[in-house]
Amino acid sequence: MTPHPESVEPVVPDDAGGLDPEALEQVIAAPGERFRHDYLEIRDLRVVFDGFVAVDGVDLTVTRGDLRFLIGPNGAGKTTIVDAITGLAPATGSVQFGRVDLLGKPSHRIVRAGVGRTFQTASVFDELTVLQNLDIAAGAGRGPATMLRRRRGVPPEVEAALETVGLTKVRDLPAGILAHGQKQWLEIGMLLVQDARLLLLDEPVAGMSQAEREETGLLLQRIGEQRTVVVVEHDMEFLRAFAASVTVLHQGRVLSEGTVAEVQADPRVVEVYLGSGTHGRGRGTTAAAAAPAASTEVE
Amino acid sequence: MSAPGTTSAPAALWRRPAVRVWIGVAVAAVVLFGLAPAVLSDFRLNLLAKFLCLAMVAVGIGLAWGRGGMLVLGQGVFFGIGGYLMAMHMKLSDAGPGGVPDFMLLYGDGVVPGWWEPFRSPLVTVLAILVLPAGTAALLGLAVFRRRVRGAYFAILSQALAAAFAILLVGQQKVTGGTNGLNGFRSFFGYDLADPVNKRMLYFIAAGVLIAMVVVVRLLMVSRYGELLVAVRDQENRVRFLGYDPANVKVVAYAIAACFAGIGGALFAPVVGIISPADVGVIPSIGFLVGVAIGGRATLLGPVLGAVAVSWAETGLSEQFPSFWTYFQGALFILVVAFLPQGFASLGGLWRRRRAAGAAPGEPPTDPGPTGTAPGHATADDGAGTTTTDDARTAGRTA
Repeated sequence: MTPHPESVEPVVPDDAGGLDPEALEQVIAAPGERFRHDYLEIRDLRVVFDGFVAVDGVDLTVTRGDLRFLIGPNGAGKTTIVDAITGLAPATGSVQFGRVDLLGKPSHRIVRAGVGRTFQTASVFDELTVLQNLDIAAGAGRGPATMLRRRRGVPPEVEAALETVGLTKVRDLPAGILAHGQKQWLEIGMLLVQDARLLLLDEPVAGMSQAEREETGLLLQRIGEQRTVVVVEHDMEFLRAFAASVTVLHQGRVLSEGTVAEVQADPRVVEVYLGSGTHGRGRGTTAAAAAPAASTEVE
Repeated sequence: MSAPGTTSAPAALWRRPAVRVWIGVAVAAVVLFGLAPAVLSDFRLNLLAKFLCLAMVAVGIGLAWGRGGMLVLGQGVFFGIGGYLMAMHMKLSDAGPGGVPDFMLLYGDGVVPGWWEPFRSPLVTVLAILVLPAGTAALLGLAVFRRRVRGAYFAILSQALAAAFAILLVGQQKVTGGTNGLNGFRSFFGYDLADPVNKRMLYFIAAGVLIAMVVVVRLLMVSRYGELLVAVRDQENRVRFLGYDPANVKVVAYAIAACFAGIGGALFAPVVGIISPADVGVIPSIGFLVGVAIGGRATLLGPVLGAVAVSWAETGLSEQFPSFWTYFQGALFILVVAFLPQGFASLGGLWRRRRAAGAAPGEPPTDPGPTGTAPGHATADDGAGTTTTDDARTAGRTA
């Protein structure tokens, strides 16, 4: 509601530390067997808002162990597809994950089927501490008896997630005063503790420094080896470095799909992206300031 | 200036939450059970009992509105259900076994309607008071929150309900007493209400119940549920994408608030001696809210103290300057909303921050260089300079 006046001074330590890949191993130590049937299968997905066709018959298959990037100009329908999968936008067609039909289910049930997502603007609970944020994310399956009691200690999965996203030192600070990149990491941590098997990340590295992007990319790659990860991203450099496969969307349709190299060589993709096939040199620094409005970002 | 480094034994004890609760309960008990009966006349004590009943509603509003973000503008409904249930039982027991309450002989056909009959039993009455308001709120809440009605729409809806409830009561004069409501109670579960000792006992019951309610809310606030409720208040959609149904989370707080309001109403009727549509309609429903807003809706004690203070001021000022109170209440409400949106309770946080800010520059004036990072390091290791961390933490918890 109202921003409370008590958190005016950002007291985040500078040496809050980066991500901890070793701790991630602990998080994803769970047997891979559990994920065997996990794959996302979207068939003929259509999303229409008041006559405007935002997504027009999209087919998409993402298997476990893939790190799929969704790219496309603004308005191509990337975020809308994520919204449709998670029940936020009404859609027709079929969306299956791990043999479970997702379309038509309320959002919280879709989440319980193993689907987790983040939002373009990091949305964490500002007034709650980092620890409380993660604890809530871990607790969707808790019974009333546990809910009505005070949290004692730190649950092990939360501890491991804190380590993984490098927020152990700031765990007792309100999440609202975290730096932007830390909030994004907190969101990834929340996905880990909620044990999402399909992770849908909407611009996870927006506003991060180059070093932070690097760390985040490696983290996502490692998670992607075990789980199904879909990333919506504008930042082409990030994509080139970490994408296992790419789906290019244009005006609500799939324009091209394949590895980074295949997609880059696709003449249709080149045409949509202002016809310039050359990768602009020296864009690294501008990309660091990638914002949702980065429509000028050209491949 | 208190040095943050010195941690004396009482201070360390004070930091333990359970100890703080018990100290708070002890202080409240001394004030309500010892001090108030000693210094107040029977008349004033009875007035205080009435305010405590209103404060029970406020405690619930603090939970539902302050922590849960539901602007409950119709708590009069649940207050009324509780009050009328208790009043019905008292009228029936005054009339004796098989007897007919006086007003029914006056306005009606002298036959007790079937749905009145169960409330001859004290047990049924008490159970109904505990269950009916909460149950009504749960059903209503499920219907409303599932459809994602919230914010101003929810407020208007709940207020309309209070208006409708009052109109219904006025219209059914034969069975509800109409505008006059139910009054003239002579006994409360067999105890003569004319006896000052029993009046005093009613006050003690109200005080005990109120303290219990505050403790319950305190336990809820620090529980995992309490954290989740704040999360729902601030980002309902985000909670949904963590696998929770926010409607269920809100319904619990709403039902508890309704239950508290019902109990408050049930004690209000014997304490004041009347329950009428004027106590349950739109105006009293807003009145409940004013005290909560002024006291500080998101804090534990703000709603209670605010409600009691506003009621006390209302009585005091009305005695001094009749018909002046409404203006005063309006002005106070405007001033608080404009300058202290979190209520008077936020003054406490303000004062604490002043103190912390005043202490910080006074400490080591040696190197002005890393002023930005110094407090950060202190909070990170959570050791020496705990003032900032504590503030940040309490801010997250209370604001």
